[in-house]
Amino acid sequence: MKIIEAENLKKQYNGFKAVDGVNFYIKRGEIFGLLGPNGAGKTTTINMLTGLGHITAGSVKLMGEDYTRNAIKAQALMGIVPDESNLYEELNGRENLLFCGALYGMDKKQREKRADLLLTQFGLQEAAGKPFKAYSKGMKRKLTIAAGLIHEPEILFLDEPTTGIDVAFARQIRNLIKDLHKKGTTIFLTTHYIEEAERLCERIAFIVKGKIVREGTVVELMQETQGENIIDFTLGGDFSAIQKDFQNSFPGFKIISGENNSVSIQSSTSFTLLPLVKFFEERNLPVFEAKIVRPSLEEVFVNVTGIELQKMQNDQSIRPGPGQKGSV
Amino acid sequence: MKPWIAFSNILMKDMRSYYLKPPNISWGLIFPVAWTLMFFLRSPVAVEVRDLLPGVMALSILFGTTSMLAVTITFERKSRSFERLLLAPISLNLLMLAKTAGAIIFGVINAFVPVIFAAFLTSLSGINWLMVLASVVLIAITSTFLGLFIAVSVTQVFEAQTFSNFFRFPMLFLCGLFIPLSDLPSFIRPVSYALPLTYGADILKTAVSQNGVIAVPLSFFALVLFSGFLFAYSIYNVNRKWIL
Ligand SMILES: Nc1ncnc2c1ncn2[C@@H]1O[C@H](COP(=O)(O)OP(=O)(O)OP(=O)(O)O)[C@@H](O)[C@H]1O
Ligand SMILES: [Mg+2]
Repeated sequence: MKIIEAENLKKQYNGFKAVDGVNFYIKRGEIFGLLGPNGAGKTTTINMLTGLGHITAGSVKLMGEDYTRNAIKAQALMGIVPDESNLYEELNGRENLLFCGALYGMDKKQREKRADLLLTQFGLQEAAGKPFKAYSKGMKRKLTIAAGLIHEPEILFLDEPTTGIDVAFARQIRNLIKDLHKKGTTIFLTTHYIEEAERLCERIAFIVKGKIVREGTVVELMQETQGENIIDFTLGGDFSAIQKDFQNSFPGFKIISGENNSVSIQSSTSFTLLPLVKFFEERNLPVFEAKIVRPSLEEVFVNVTGIELQKMQNDQSIRPGPGQKGSV
Repeated sequence: MKPWIAFSNILMKDMRSYYLKPPNISWGLIFPVAWTLMFFLRSPVAVEVRDLLPGVMALSILFGTTSMLAVTITFERKSRSFERLLLAPISLNLLMLAKTAGAIIFGVINAFVPVIFAAFLTSLSGINWLMVLASVVLIAITSTFLGLFIAVSVTQVFEAQTFSNFFRFPMLFLCGLFIPLSDLPSFIRPVSYALPLTYGADILKTAVSQNGVIAVPLSFFALVLFSGFLFAYSIYNVNRKWIL
């Protein structure tokens, strides 16, 4: 069932098309990721979906009901975690949560119970009485997420939840997202970390310059690269000496890179490893390691958008390792 | 949904965070006292405390509300916490009423500080208290909405301050409190009649000393009109400028 549906959604700022006619839907209970580089229109899209921004054209629906012009009813079901914290600096952690609960009409007992539960869950009990301005960056992010969850929203919007915080915090936040997902919360996530989207999301849309260039489940998107198998070898000698010989023996393989004793080759058809290993051994190049690299969402993204990843992620602070490699 | 929970909590938070903070309370006390003293010391003949009361009350409200609201809202906008309020499932009208209610209450309280002082100095018999209260509330509402009007017109906190003074100081001298309207040059008088405080001060004069010059119903009508216009215009602008 579609919980949110955006049709031909457009946003213009003085003639500049920040979001240029996007169509997508979010299914109830799923983790949906909007993935794109800086300035692609992710935050603008969230603002339109949550009633923080006027919609230039198009429509948004919540469970089939249009809320393009009046978002109040929809807002009651939404929890929003902005990219930058917007809690009250002078209030302490607990007061901030209580205040946010009150904004959603929760009565005092309910708010207190929920605030204390969240403070415990986020490991912030000790900081509960400290003013928000005295929080560290990671603590601020956690409390901001907690504030978004205070009224147990049906849909949670997370705008780049792991940007600018350390690896351990980012991991905690990802685990938290998974837990919420298990409990049935629908999650709308924006990110420019492809690995994060791949690890967390069930469905992903790539947004570039205000347009959605590809949308689908992770599995569907991955199918686009299927058949492109890459193998990395670490050899006991220099590959360049036998490069020609290799190409003649295995015309179906493409050499992506071959320097000294490491080589990457690609095949568009399935193959077995043994002949390759035998070939190297016969030429006195022992095979120390062979890794089959599963194609990742990265490649799909680069193929579709033409955007180099270094460019998109050069400001990233978490660099998840090459998690897609499976050793043979 | 229980919108009044949101309303009362926004109001209470603002009261605690801004209006009941010691510097602001003392501002509310010091200002009326300073004004009263200034007039006592300045006048060669003994000034009747009662004649000063309407002026000091009106100014306490004006100085307690306008810039206070303009500054706090601009500050919340800059720190982005205002976005949180815009995301809450309540109507924009209710939200802005909640944000202004704190300043209005603060203004009303401020107005009665000089009354307490005056009570020690003179007899306060024969004052139409109901009319005093009604006009104090209306002046507080109008001054607060003027602050809202300023808040939607600026982006920086210092601009909010400057712009508040731009409205306040002319009002101070042109509202007929210290210089009677009849003594003002005739080309300035229309400006006086375009200022809400002129009407509020005149009702207070009538209520305290029966020496107002404008018909009371007309003044009330003018104040209601001013506040209605300022609120509607501000909401229109919040919608246009703050909801991007
Ligand atoms: N208030 C505004 N006025 C004018 N242009 C704006 C405004 N807000 C955003 N934009 C522009 O709209 C485009 C999309 O911005 P948006 O913030 O949605 O990007 P984003 O995908 O969230 O980027 P990031 O990853 O940096 O957060 C950008 O080019 C931005 O400059
Ligand atoms: Mg953004």
